[in-house]
Amino acid sequence: MTDHTSNTATDNVAAHGGQGPRRGNLFARFVGATELDTRLLGMVGALALIWVGFHVYGELANGFGAFLTPRNLWNLTVQTSSIGIMACGMVLVIITRNIDLSVGSILGFCAIIMGVVQVNILPQYLGLGHPLIWIIAILCGLAIGTAIGAFHGALIAYGRIPAFIVTLGGLLVWRGAAFLVARGETISPVDPTFSLLGGGPYGSIGAVGSWIVGIIGCVAVIGLIAFGRRQRVRFHFPLRPIWAEAVLAALGCAVVIGAVQLVNAYYWPSGIVRRYAEAEGITVPEGGLEISHGFAIPVLILLAVAIVMSVVMRMTRFGRYVYAIGGNPEAAELAGINSRMMTVKIFAIMGFLAGLSAVVASARLNSATNALGELDELFVIAAAVIGGTSLAGGIGTIYGAILGALVMQSLQTGMVLVGFDAAMQRVVVGGVLVLAVWLDILYRRRSK
Amino acid sequence: MAQTQTARQAGGTPLVELRDISIAFGGVQAVDAVSLDLYPGEVVGLLGHNGAGKSTLIKILSGAYKKDSGEILINGERVEIDSPADARRHNIETIYQTLALADNLDAASNLFLGRELTTPLGFVDDAKMEAETRKILAKLNPNFRKFSEPVSALSGGQRQSVAIARAVYFNAKILIMDEPTAALGVHETKMVADLIHELKAQGLGIFLISHDTREMMELCDRVSVMKNGQMIGTERVEDVTEDDILSMIIMGKNPKREPVPA
Repeated sequence: MTDHTSNTATDNVAAHGGQGPRRGNLFARFVGATELDTRLLGMVGALALIWVGFHVYGELANGFGAFLTPRNLWNLTVQTSSIGIMACGMVLVIITRNIDLSVGSILGFCAIIMGVVQVNILPQYLGLGHPLIWIIAILCGLAIGTAIGAFHGALIAYGRIPAFIVTLGGLLVWRGAAFLVARGETISPVDPTFSLLGGGPYGSIGAVGSWIVGIIGCVAVIGLIAFGRRQRVRFHFPLRPIWAEAVLAALGCAVVIGAVQLVNAYYWPSGIVRRYAEAEGITVPEGGLEISHGFAIPVLILLAVAIVMSVVMRMTRFGRYVYAIGGNPEAAELAGINSRMMTVKIFAIMGFLAGLSAVVASARLNSATNALGELDELFVIAAAVIGGTSLAGGIGTIYGAILGALVMQSLQTGMVLVGFDAAMQRVVVGGVLVLAVWLDILYRRRSK
Repeated sequence: MAQTQTARQAGGTPLVELRDISIAFGGVQAVDAVSLDLYPGEVVGLLGHNGAGKSTLIKILSGAYKKDSGEILINGERVEIDSPADARRHNIETIYQTLALADNLDAASNLFLGRELTTPLGFVDDAKMEAETRKILAKLNPNFRKFSEPVSALSGGQRQSVAIARAVYFNAKILIMDEPTAALGVHETKMVADLIHELKAQGLGIFLISHDTREMMELCDRVSVMKNGQMIGTERVEDVTEDDILSMIIMGKNPKREPVPA
């Protein structure tokens, strides 16, 4: 409510009473009354355009639109997880006017460490398949990611070395270190429980689990709206009209339920069903067994990260200070904020999230290689920036970054589906990044 | 003013006493053994050219800079002020020349920056903070409306109101105002002057920095003139003319205390 990460025309409208402007067309009234961020709407629109565009292109060019299928969209969510998780941290880094080029290398290094721990070290002591192996491996990865991030942060904050240089060094150092640790070998296969965290049929929570998540989601949407309204009543702030609240609640719930139906509409491949049936001693009926994937575990991890980070950014002092430092570093210092310590903490969070992404990425691959996460830093930065994070500092949101990651991944996936080669993909992704930032600059200039 | 003079004449303890404060940046002695005091209910004006050391001196008191040498006494007790937080702990509030607002945050977030109100769960209580902000700004600037917009969207006067509200909200005992009227129109300048009178009546001590000599003569009880990091002199406004002050600023000599010690 207060962070105003996107100073939009909507905010102006909202400030003058919240009942929405009396003038303007239906859409303007709707946006005014619901106080929806027009920037957010724009991004959702762009995403929809990309999705429909690739689908239609596929239908026309290849005779088969593969994009808007449960299978592709499910895969899209899984592929977005790793970048999305890191983008949540990159938002904080960029808001405070820094940059982190090392996240891909940290990811690779953490993945190798976790691989070595769970494949080469722990089985010697605990025995292969011990239930503690995956937990210890993950804790190692997260701890190392956090430590590397904090170290980078300390060099930046106390050593006064520009973040660009520290993390450029980190990009090389940790990639090289990842190679040295495993002498360039690929470490595989990882612990079976660990590999569930990467998604796949077994790494998903199924139809019932997904519905439970969906119901929790709907309750949360309605609860948040009700709580917001109660707060406004308590302090006599202007209220949104009831119909706007109802529309928001309905929209939120529709998105949640739609997502549940989508992931539940993607069934296990028949080969895996057969193996599963054999293992469980079930006979597969005539028409085949339809087992829903449901939400993949990495997607739930991303969701959890997004929720926690959004709460941190919007509702804690820490988050407020992140924005304050980005908005005016001198003012933040004068307000008694220890911005050096904040920098260390922010980079530590970034490192932690890179470690978490390493879990997801290596689990998904079922192996750890020293090349894991190469070029990820660029995709993560691009996701954050496309998602509205301003490189000038002070502005950015978690949900924006995740939408940005989804846009990046949608482009990648879409181009693979319609048969663009790797070179063409890079051309398009690079162009879109620049275009998105330019549009954002135009938008901000206009709304001033 | 009468009350002030009695407080000073009665030989009471000054609210703030700066003794032989010095600070150097690189080779430049920005503040050179300057002493200054401030009594409750008193307004002391600091005058001087740009670069005379006024802002540097008060930034030492507000914790933004660390002095190289000298002593700070608050209510007669020696204190160490190493950070803005230390200054705030001693009820010293500052309105900076730059206002020191985070442009991307709204009025309430700026007002409570570093001192956020929190809910029992430890989350920032935005609704409460906005309600408090509305209350105090209703007193300071009844025309203020833009509570939910980032302060970058506000006019100069409105931004000033936010900075002033931040300084007075937290029960300041000592207020430092660095050119509070520099960016303001006539009407708003009058509002600041009224506010200074009101705060004075409440017993606050105020350091005021300004270039406007006439304004200083009206608002202050005493004026101190600095030049090249040194204190030229401190005089009660009744004892000097505007011309005296101007000559102190320009010549760096105190006509009342001739000859000037080299």
